Amino acid sequence: MSNPTLVMYDEEFQEINEVIGRLLKEANATVIFLVDKNGQLISGVGETERFDTTSLASLTAGNIAATGGLAKLIGEKEFSILFHEGEKDNLHISIVGGRVILVVLFDNRSSLGLVRLRVKKSSEELSTIFENLMKKSEEREKRGSSDFPFAEITDDDIDNLFS
Amino acid sequence: MSFINYASREINCKIVYYGPGLCGKTTNLQYVYQKTAEDAKGKMISLATETERTLFFDFLPLSLGEIRGFKTRFHLYTVPGQVFYDASRKLILKGVDGVVFVADSQEERIDANIESLENLRINLKEQGYDLDKLPYIIQYNKRDLPGAMSVEELRRELNPTNVPEFEACATTGEGVFETLKAVAKLILVDLKKGK
Repeated sequence: MSNPTLVMYDEEFQEINEVIGRLLKEANATVIFLVDKNGQLISGVGETERFDTTSLASLTAGNIAATGGLAKLIGEKEFSILFHEGEKDNLHISIVGGRVILVVLFDNRSSLGLVRLRVKKSSEELSTIFENLMKKSEEREKRGSSDFPFAEITDDDIDNLFS
Repeated sequence: MSFINYASREINCKIVYYGPGLCGKTTNLQYVYQKTAEDAKGKMISLATETERTLFFDFLPLSLGEIRGFKTRFHLYTVPGQVFYDASRKLILKGVDGVVFVADSQEERIDANIESLENLRINLKEQGYDLDKLPYIIQYNKRDLPGAMSVEELRRELNPTNVPEFEACATTGEGVFETLKAVAKLILVDLKKGK
């Protein structure tokens, strides 16, 4: 398979939430999401309950995929930053570590300059966390670690989902 | 590529409905959406043209329940079926965990089915996937139409590798959940193997 399964552990999850929590304050943002390039929501901080986070994650990934396709057409590797300006709210979308998408929603209490500046710093921290995460899951996979929750499920468990 | 989150104890998987234009991919998702309890589904998103043809994708998040304390979520996507949207189709296949090929049973659509199936194979290969190694299911849709070919004929043309197949009529919902359950099960069995 071309992509290994993305696995998230408690330790890294907390580290990630610390970084984006800090970014939320420093950038004066309304809400921040981290989304996998395949459209799965990884985490969110701020006023997340105001939004349909699942849809937001899927559309963001679709957006990044479409602009990535455009980039390739003109000979670019990818467009690593997208900015959408609305009347009140704006979206700053950037690719972190080539793998995850950082979405920052902000209004007129912040500015594009501030968001860009803060995102740059946080992106480096996030990249490191995700690199470690990848290494960790590769190592666990090599060891054949038994904490994989699906290793011991039975056919009955699966059937029960559909009953 | 599934996403396993130990922190929130969730497993997310991606299912893609593929097939020629107007074969009923969006109709499959609409039926699932209509018949699923409110607490088990999210909002269905359709990025469609003004004439209701899929432009980019349809998206439906489903939450099936728990396995061993892990919430199991499936994200259902359709691709745009029309031939000229190939660039968009490739994008939707990224990170796919399981594929449903929706075939149009009408005789005049057999060439379109074959072309779309070849296109699926090629596009998956570009992403580094092999259709024969993925959880993959065929649905023969529009069984109710008078011009429908027999299942034997369809199987000969479209299912040489004998993957699980289902007859369906997506507008009335016949076969829709059977198809979904079967592909979801294949994905979970695949995960169990630890692929």
